[in-house]
Amino acid sequence: MPHVLLRHRDVPGIDRLDIYKANGGFEGLQKAVTAMKPGELTEMVKNSGLRGRGGAGFPTGTKWSFIDNKNWPHYVVANGDESEPGTFKDREIMESNPFQFLEGVALAAYAVGANTAYVYLRGEFWRIAEALDRKIAEMEAAGCLGAHVCGTDFALKIFTHLGAGAYICGEETAMLESIEGKRGQPRIRPPFPAVQGLYAKPTVVNNVETLANLPPIVTHGADWYKQMGTPDSAGVKVFSLSGRVRKPGNYELPLGATFRELIYEHGGGIQDGRPVRAIMPAGASSSFIVVDDKVLDTPMDYASVRTLGADLGSASVIVIDDTVSLDWVIQKTVHFFAHESCGKCTPCREGTYWMRHLIDRAYSDSGSVADVELLLKVAKQMQNKCLCPLGEFATMAVVTGIERFPQDFKERAVVGD
Amino acid sequence: MSLADRYPREVAEILAKYPAEHKRSAVMPLLYLAQRDGGYVTKDAMSDIAQLLDISVTDVGGVVGFYTLYHDKAEGRYRMQVCTDLPCALRGADEFMKSLCENLGVRVGETTADGLITVESVMCLAACDKAPMFQLQSPNDIAYHENMTVDRTIELVETLKRARKEAA
Repeated sequence: MPHVLLRHRDVPGIDRLDIYKANGGFEGLQKAVTAMKPGELTEMVKNSGLRGRGGAGFPTGTKWSFIDNKNWPHYVVANGDESEPGTFKDREIMESNPFQFLEGVALAAYAVGANTAYVYLRGEFWRIAEALDRKIAEMEAAGCLGAHVCGTDFALKIFTHLGAGAYICGEETAMLESIEGKRGQPRIRPPFPAVQGLYAKPTVVNNVETLANLPPIVTHGADWYKQMGTPDSAGVKVFSLSGRVRKPGNYELPLGATFRELIYEHGGGIQDGRPVRAIMPAGASSSFIVVDDKVLDTPMDYASVRTLGADLGSASVIVIDDTVSLDWVIQKTVHFFAHESCGKCTPCREGTYWMRHLIDRAYSDSGSVADVELLLKVAKQMQNKCLCPLGEFATMAVVTGIERFPQDFKERAVVGD
Repeated sequence: MSLADRYPREVAEILAKYPAEHKRSAVMPLLYLAQRDGGYVTKDAMSDIAQLLDISVTDVGGVVGFYTLYHDKAEGRYRMQVCTDLPCALRGADEFMKSLCENLGVRVGETTADGLITVESVMCLAACDKAPMFQLQSPNDIAYHENMTVDRTIELVETLKRARKEAA
């Protein structure tokens, strides 16, 4: 099947405007702005079943429909912060198929009546920002952006905004704070961005991959899109596969493909032919899945992954084999979240700090079972108390690692007990 | 010379990206501009930015301190930021880092004696399938180097050394 999102793998040079155009580029945008009302576009996206690809999986059309039409102007923000350990899909889309992404930004802007859109990129995507700035200029010159998009009265400017190294800015309200020139710390919600977002104006924040889905949906229709994937999880998804597999990388598959298909057919299986022991399906913020044959045959869609006690999230599948001990894995994830905690709310700031100290001691030669027990207790105390999902994310691997792989913690933590 | 005097065109282009009544938004791109000369933000540059945007120097300093890619003191000309996060570590990043440091004669966080390279350990850079990898932050660029070996990294360091000598 030809790729829907990673089209550069089928069409060489699609990052050039003429080649993108010659391969159906901007047909969706043209169709939307000349023949559809914004509300019709929103309905179409609702009908397609598209859900947010950043991790939350919230229906995209529904998110748009929350926008407050009594308060203007409106903004669209594309979330290209991509900082979850294990996630590297948005980067490939923006690097190699940039016009499809930017066309998606324009479609979202048309749907919610925004005349300004910002593409928020993590600071490390410096060169992607430079490239996108050039692509945006080319689109303006070609009449696909600017005062008269595709010759209509719809006006749209797109600007890039570089972050500077802060995972938290992937959280949408922290991202808005960051664009406003402040420290990237999440806001208390409500109000939600659709009511009070950027500059306190109604704002839609969509993930890069989500946006890249829009042009093909508009061109080919909601029914076409729904044919792919499962009833619960329509369409295709870019799975970022990493860890102990032979061929890590991005693989675009219909939602509902199995873990086995991803890991063995596409990923070439495990290094040295070893068995899979654990899977983190959504990057470092995942719950661990204890792997057996049944798990490997589970479809990767939002509902099915939940039956395994985890979430599909951004579909960043980190594969762990039997050479790896989970206490080491947790030390890595805890260090990540402790570093990235923004410091605004106490449970996360203090919780990640103490988790870091506890896992470091538990993992050291002077570690004891009591350290692990206290670590689990701290993680559980953090749950449901943090201002934004980061704090919750920090606890997932800790709690499920200790509970689902207790042997990995007992073996090491015996000294001094 | 103030930032606006040195880079009038760049400052105007940055300010034009945001609504005039929300010019504080320009603080992040202006901080990158301020790092263009020496690789870090000087106290003077912070005052310049505060004045340009009608905010306090403390506001600017708060942003510098919050984000990891802004620096308030001089280090090596290049910051070699090696990802040692979970997915990279599952593919040998920790061993790469250890061997790299031995070869360069520094510890993590330190700068080579010639002032060229500061080696840093950083969080995920969205390159998990191409480990070991690092990014090279220089005053006006951030470049990815992926699927690296220590030998190729040392070669790169030698190239950077030669380039600096030739420029001098």
